[in-house]
Parts: sequence; structure tokens; C-alpha cells
Amino acid sequence: MAEKLATREAYGNALVELAEKYDFVVLDADLAEATKTVKFKKAYPNRFFDCGIAEGNMMSVAAGIASTGKPVFASSFAMFAAGRAFEQVRNSIGYPHLNVKIGATHAGITVGEDGATHQCNEDIALMRTIPGMTIVNPADAVEARAAVEVALKTEGPFYLRFGRAAMPIFNDEKTYKFELGKGVELAKGKDVTIVATGIMVSAALEAKELLAAEGIDAGVVNIHTIKPLDTALIAKVAKASGAVVTAEEHNIIGGLGSAVAEALAENCPVPMVRVGVKDTYGHSGPVPTLLEAYGLTPADIVKAAKTAVAKKA
Amino acid sequence: MEAKKLQSLQKTANRVRIGVIEGTHAAKSGHPGGSLSVTDILTYLYFEEMNVDPKNPKWEDRDRFVLSKGHCAPALYAVLAERGFFPVEELLTLRKYPSRLQGHPDMNSTPGVDMSAGSLGLGISAAAGMALAAKIDGKSYRVYTVVGDGESEEGQVWEACMFAAHYKLDNLCVVVDWNGLQIDGPVAEVMNPTPHDKKLEAFGFHVISIDGNDMEQIAAAFEEAKTVKGKPTAIIAKTVKGKGVSFMENQVKWHGSAPNDEQYAQALAELKGGN
Repeated sequence: MAEKLATREAYGNALVELAEKYDFVVLDADLAEATKTVKFKKAYPNRFFDCGIAEGNMMSVAAGIASTGKPVFASSFAMFAAGRAFEQVRNSIGYPHLNVKIGATHAGITVGEDGATHQCNEDIALMRTIPGMTIVNPADAVEARAAVEVALKTEGPFYLRFGRAAMPIFNDEKTYKFELGKGVELAKGKDVTIVATGIMVSAALEAKELLAAEGIDAGVVNIHTIKPLDTALIAKVAKASGAVVTAEEHNIIGGLGSAVAEALAENCPVPMVRVGVKDTYGHSGPVPTLLEAYGLTPADIVKAAKTAVAKKA
Repeated sequence: MEAKKLQSLQKTANRVRIGVIEGTHAAKSGHPGGSLSVTDILTYLYFEEMNVDPKNPKWEDRDRFVLSKGHCAPALYAVLAERGFFPVEELLTLRKYPSRLQGHPDMNSTPGVDMSAGSLGLGISAAAGMALAAKIDGKSYRVYTVVGDGESEEGQVWEACMFAAHYKLDNLCVVVDWNGLQIDGPVAEVMNPTPHDKKLEAFGFHVISIDGNDMEQIAAAFEEAKTVKGKPTAIIAKTVKGKGVSFMENQVKWHGSAPNDEQYAQALAELKGGN
């Protein structure tokens, strides 16, 4: 796990890599340097269009372009793509089910020093409520690259969630295969299963080791596709381990934790505990400090796992 | 314009107005006022200006139209039906479940509708996106959109205008249906967007001001728009809300209410008398 790369970097690289294979255009709203669409802008200036600081217009423009048959990536920070432009995403892109791929970077609190106004912990909740929207939250740079290509190959609106901070790469680029809508069972566990998404997947893998040292056998599932959710796998691991912990860099309301709770309540009720941002706003600070302050470390997952296991009795 | 052509267009517009009244009466709701104000513009677009094929509504090289003021769908549906995209009788299913003629246009269910619209401010951006796509692909189709005067209070309309001028979308023609009334009252009293022409000029548009219920002025404006290079064109079309039905003309209350049986009979008598 030595190598680290931010998923936004992988997003920018993927756009360039896939540009010859697929016909698409890229839009941004004055954040190309940060979202990393700048890589595509430099390589394919005739297929890149800056929309200026006007995210609502960008989403509806993207819908217009997509309506002519051309796939479009529309990029901004998660706060402005899902938050500011929610209604445009819902009505211009979601309702007509147009082929727009929203590349939302700087999701969650790992935005760091920019602080609460720019740390979006609500985007998954917002996007989940849009019928027909596919939501992918890649766990590392390898998965992010694969997700971009799958989005291009799959007709319809996508919300691709990327992070700002460099994070460990744990998938093997050579062997990795991305299956849309399928959770990845990274480890089986008898006592509890940690169902994680995004940057919390590598934290979950660390937590598994910590738990093993204390005699608790924890499984780990990577949910890269939050919608449609792999409810079958979630029910299966819940049944096998009898307890579930969810882990996400997002509000515990409306995100993975809520989606898993809904799935478990309907299919296989077992004790569960949610690890995530606890219905509050972020703060300026360095990433490791924030992860600790907001309870998003492997130690927090360990604690939650023990609570979940205790609830089984 | 030849007298014969003018007369034919006016007759078609009159049939479209009848369709608006038939549809909103049957639906017992809807937006007749703005539908009647924009009727002449839509009639000219679909019967003279735009290169479309009712037998192949998704033809990729067609000219495109976005009704950004989507609540005036009754007029768009009536024009599309007259033009042969679907049967005129279907106008009586307006706003009913499970009719494909919803309260606001749905591109995935109604033949001839190029973009779902109705949430104000979004359609003009989508039209700009289509115009940009034509430029990217080196296609010659043109894109038309109609926004309302009240709709122009939405900030996104101006974001779209900035975008259209920045990318020199001379294949985009924005018509402002300036009927002067919105739900809460006269546009000038609710939130005045004037001077609309100067604002659009400042945003980089070629601006043409016309009487939007005069077929010859409409024709001349669209012809002029096609000669403009390097910038988008805006046609500020001064219209009469409720045009063609005496008791609806210039009355705020007819923005969003349907005629009852008595009003329906009177409206049809007036329109059929003029056909």
C-alpha cells in the first residue's frame, strides 16, 4: 500500500487515456486545475469547454450536448455539482435520463484547509434520490480509472465521486475488473462485516487487521457503486457475520449508511453501526487531523465493530 | 411575404390557438395566456423556419427547438400536432394520466419535443449546449429557444447568455416572448428585467425587436438572425398574452387557469370566426 494517488488525479488521467477510444467532451466550471480536467484540456483543447463559475448552466448545457448523442463529462467540486446544481442535475439530466457523467471532485472532509463551505458530506444523499442516477464512489485510483471507462460504456446519467487527497492504492491495476453495481468482498469475516465506500475502504482493511489482533474476525466489502446498491451481497454478508458496520466519508444520514440500513431492514435485519460524519459540518485543517476529529479512522471503525458485535447478543 | 403564404400561416396559427383552448379546457388546467402569446412564433418556426421531419422526429441533422418557458406546452403540442408529429385529437389528453402530453414538455414521451423543460431558466442552457454540439460536430443545424420575459428573472438565463456569446453560438436564436405579464402581476412590477434589449446587447447578442404576433415581422427577424455571424441572436418579441381570445388578452389571471365551458364556447366562437 505504499503508493498513493488522489482519485481526482486518476479521473484526469482517465479522461486523457480514453479520449481516443471514445467520442466525448469535457466541461468544467473554472476548477479544471483542481478537478484535474486540466489534463484533458491541455491534451484535447477542442473538446474541452470551460463554462465559467456557473455550475447550474453547465449541467443544463451538458444535457443539451448529450441530447445530440455525445457523452459529456461535467466537472466541479461535489459541493457545486451535487449541491448548487442539484435542480439542474435532477431536471436537465436525471429526468430526461441523458448521457451526462458528473465528475465531482473534492467530496467529503478530505478537502482539508478550505473548510466547511467546500466539504460536501451531503452529495451521495442528494444524488441517491434522483431516479436513474448511477452513483460510483471509487476506493482508490485504480478503481477510479476503471469507473470512468465503465461510465462511458454505460448509457445514462452517472455521478462519479472523487477525492482531493492522495490515498493508498490497494487494487492491482493489471488484474482489476470493475463490475458496475457489484460490491467487492475483499475479506470474509465470521463476527462482523465492514461495508465501506471511497477512502474508507482502505481504512476498513486496516481496521480488519486491528480487529484480528483482538480476536474479532471482520469481513470487508467495498461498495463502489452506491446506486444501484448490491443488496444481495449486503444481505449475504449480514447473514454470514450477523453484524454490519458501514464506513463512509459522508454524512451518516442519506449516504451509504442509510442505503445499507434500508437494505438490511428489508432483507436481513442485523445489528449495525454507522461510521461517518455525524450530521455536522466540516472544518479547516490537515486531512489526518480532520479524519481523526470526525471519527473516520481505522480506530473508529474498530470501535464501531465492537459495538456491533456486542449488540448481537 | 406572399399574401397566400401569410394567410396560410395565420390560419395555421389560428388552428393552433384552437388546440390550446381545446387542450386546456379538457385538462381543466394549464397555461393558455402565454401559449396564445407565443403561438405565432411557434407556428412560423415549425411551418416555415425549421428543418424538421415529423416522420423522423429524432433525425440527427434536424433543427432543434427548446421551449424554455415550458409551461406553454399547450401551444407547442398544438403546433407539433398540426405539423403531423402526432394526431390533433390527442390534444384533448393534455395533462391527463397516462397521456404523453404532460403539463410541461417531456422529450422521451412526446414526438418532436427536443428537450424536456419547464423548470425556468434550464431550457436556454440546454439549447446553448445543442448549439455548441453542432459547432463541435461541424453540423449546420440551427437551434431555437423561447424564453419568457418573467423567466428572464432567473439568473441561469444570463449564465446561458454569457455562455452563448462566449462560444460565439451564431447558430443559436433566442426568442423572448415579451407578453409583459407573469403570475404575480405585470413583469415591470414584479421584477423588472428592462431594458431587456440593452442587457442582451451587453451580453453579446445581436438583438432584434419585433411585434411577436405579426407573422411578417417574425419571418423577417428569423431571416436576419441567419445572416448574423460570430454571435447569437435574440429576438425580443413583444406579444399580447392571451392573443386571439378577447377576454384573455392582457389579463394576468389567464396565465395559469383554464376556460370553463362557457368561456370555452366563447373562445372557440371567436377563434373559429377568425379562421
